[in-house]
Amino acid sequence: MKNRTLLAYACFYLAFLYLPVLVLPIFSFNNSAFIAFPLTGFTTRWYEALADSALQQALVNSLKVGVVTALLSTLLGLLAAKAVTQYRLRGRGVALGMISLPLFIPDIVLGISLLLLLGTIGLPLSLASVVLGHLLICAPFSLAVLVARFEGFDPNLEEASADLGEDRWMTFWRVTFPLMLPGIIASLLLTFITSFDEFLVAYFLSGTQATLPVYIWSQLRFPARLPMVLALGTIILCVSVVLVVLAEKLRNQGVKKPMVGA
Amino acid sequence: MSFLSVSQVSKAFGGARVVDAVDLSVERGMFFSLLGPSGCGKSTLLRMIAGFETPDHGIITIDGVAMNGVPPNLRPTNMVFQSYAIFPHLNVFDNIAYGLRKSGLSSDELRRKVEAMLATVRLEGLGARAADQLSGGQRQRVALARALVREPKVLLLDEPLGALDKRLREAMQIELRAIQRKVGITFVLVTHDQEEALSLSDRVAVMSGGRILQVASPRELYDRPNCREVADFIGEINFFHATVKEVTESSVTVNGGLLGIVALPKTNVAHGITAGDHVLLAIRPEHVGIAPQGLSGTIAAATFLGERSHFHVKIPGRTEPIAVSGQAPAGESVSLEFPPEKLIALPATG
Amino acid sequence: MRERGGVADKGRNVRQGYALLAPTLVVVGLTLAAPLGLLLITSLKSQSGIGFEAGWTLAQYSEVLGRGSYRILFARSVVVAALVTALTVALAYPMAYFVAFHARRKFLWLILLTIPFWTSYLLRVFAWKIILGYGGVINSGLLGLGLIAEPLGSLLYNPFAVVVTLAHAWAAFAILPIYVSLEKIDRSLLEAGSDLGDSKLRRFLRITLPLSMPGVIGAAILIFVPTTGDFVTPELVGGPAGAMIANIIETQFTQVGNWPLGAALALVSMTMVAVLAGLFVAAARAAARAVR
Repeated sequence: MKNRTLLAYACFYLAFLYLPVLVLPIFSFNNSAFIAFPLTGFTTRWYEALADSALQQALVNSLKVGVVTALLSTLLGLLAAKAVTQYRLRGRGVALGMISLPLFIPDIVLGISLLLLLGTIGLPLSLASVVLGHLLICAPFSLAVLVARFEGFDPNLEEASADLGEDRWMTFWRVTFPLMLPGIIASLLLTFITSFDEFLVAYFLSGTQATLPVYIWSQLRFPARLPMVLALGTIILCVSVVLVVLAEKLRNQGVKKPMVGA
Repeated sequence: MSFLSVSQVSKAFGGARVVDAVDLSVERGMFFSLLGPSGCGKSTLLRMIAGFETPDHGIITIDGVAMNGVPPNLRPTNMVFQSYAIFPHLNVFDNIAYGLRKSGLSSDELRRKVEAMLATVRLEGLGARAADQLSGGQRQRVALARALVREPKVLLLDEPLGALDKRLREAMQIELRAIQRKVGITFVLVTHDQEEALSLSDRVAVMSGGRILQVASPRELYDRPNCREVADFIGEINFFHATVKEVTESSVTVNGGLLGIVALPKTNVAHGITAGDHVLLAIRPEHVGIAPQGLSGTIAAATFLGERSHFHVKIPGRTEPIAVSGQAPAGESVSLEFPPEKLIALPATG
Repeated sequence: MRERGGVADKGRNVRQGYALLAPTLVVVGLTLAAPLGLLLITSLKSQSGIGFEAGWTLAQYSEVLGRGSYRILFARSVVVAALVTALTVALAYPMAYFVAFHARRKFLWLILLTIPFWTSYLLRVFAWKIILGYGGVINSGLLGLGLIAEPLGSLLYNPFAVVVTLAHAWAAFAILPIYVSLEKIDRSLLEAGSDLGDSKLRRFLRITLPLSMPGVIGAAILIFVPTTGDFVTPELVGGPAGAMIANIIETQFTQVGNWPLGAALALVSMTMVAVLAGLFVAAARAAARAVR
């Protein structure tokens, strides 16, 4: 294909990606409860309606779940990625396969099977159970990001640190951690946003403590609430754009620095 | 006991013996090389001295202290890695200062030490340079400085010049030797480059298949290799099959096939050779002479390399051509002579 | 030697490696293996009030496999998921190719391509309801241009709407893996291909496409699996005619309360997805290898 044909295609594709997303802000400022053309007038009342206590609680819940999931998943991913890249372990493939298995299982199955487990051992549904489900979903992503980072990591660097007199703990803080930092941040952001946006598992496991997607789902059934939901979506979009730009900047910074010794 | 001693050290990886009952002793202040083809176990041996690998058997001592069970960070050794392992997140100064941060030096002392070391490796003024802005030669110098600044008892160098191009490598060889003289630290170098080992070292251990074949000075290795493998690995050499006829106090007489009956000085003959043994006669290309009467053959190929020019002579009744140093004489045929005092006899086996 | 002893010492350090791996394996084991085991056990029971009847039964499986309406749902789920996967990958490949090989400012393009995906997934799906709906963007547009006299009712609530919506919703899952695998290709391989006489098209088919296969396979898995387990999109834009297997599973657990039947449905669909995904990976790899 010629460059110009490809460029034209790329522009059309971008339009395809953006068209639905741009609908959200447009209708969030439309002065009508009905989401249909023609537009009737400008209003910010749907944004004012966001001061809803149930919504704010859901937002707080999602932030809690997202932060805890991101931290735990990245920690687990860090340990596992180090193990599979820097040690020649028997059963490495099996372990990697097991951690990646949730990628091959539909989320709804993960959700209902965890629901069954919690019901059987008698644990009440809570944000903790959502975190458990999200860990399953996020761990493969953390592992993939961090394994890629570790693979460009010259193991001689850690040996050099030991050779120069540092023990394991100090070697981690002075060499491994700073070099892994871009990967760690990328993993934290990726898992946070994945968890923050996750619906299917949270739907089954959140019980009475709705997360934001679960709350949005419940609102989608009431036409009168829809414009407010769109206002919320617009805000999420704006915040996410800032986060994404930040994440890409960090990721890029990491790529520029060569990770190998030679 | 010598300064660095390795005794009966063995190491196997997954059943394959990589280092096999190796004994070594290195004196204080010596520039010592482990020379061998890739896969001969030399790097593993070096890494056992550094503490990155644990010997399955045997003992390594440094300055009289057994190193078994001592982790790398507590050993009096420092290493220059083949990849250099320059910390990419630190600048040159901080790379060199890395191993000094714990030593309780005041920041002034630390700065002085690092600056002095920068001068030693001729990187003055580059302390603030980022790690990814260094050339290959500069990385090598930083790696060296970072290890030397800790004043180790033994400095270990794992193919430190392997990543450099030929001219830079030769320049660094001279500098490495000069730095070693200056700091007086014991250096143990691993290399597969025989010229590098011979030109840098006080003593060289030739390794093959996890074993040490010969430990000697460079001159001795070249003139008196103790087996075919060492002779072959160090420079070019011609071999002739021969049988020992007679052994006397001062000389050994052998039947050298094409060379006829030759009497060699006893000093040119490996130990333990007796009458009736099958031996290999070996002679360096520069010792093969051109004479009016001699073994005649045809010139098969000539390579012009200035002072290192050589040519190959094909001799009837022998498949392997004979390598001769110097410029090929005019004409197609040539007669060669093999001075008996330059021939050495090696065991034919092994 | 370096390769052999390179990383760390054996024995002493292997134990350390397993210790590092253990926490993740324990978490995954507890949250994956145990629940799936329980799911299997549940599927072998039958519901009685709010509890299960004693004893074991294969009744749920004969129900799941025997009932025609379920078979239709399974078939539709697979067909829709396959269509979504094929369409998403086919649309995304040229885009990823453009960014990897022709874009001047890759960084900017990648950001532009990922931004739409950081909105709520539910809202992205919902946006399509607005676009395809009776008073939606397309209908208003066509009415405004005078191309139609009355809004089209057929845009929404059918499998087509599900396919289009998901091809949009999953686009990032296709672009990014394909882009990464294209970006990894050593440019000198392409030059070698040309040097050895390939036209640009042949070079693409013989070198670029096979070497980007890992990205295509990864993308396909990342799309196929969640599509079969999605009940949001079918419910929002699919209507009754677009319902998929996940809708029935969800109903069994939340409304009907027949957990054993839901468990059996879930296990059967999970197995089906695993088998199909496995077959697809094997076929794609064989296809990439068959290129000479």
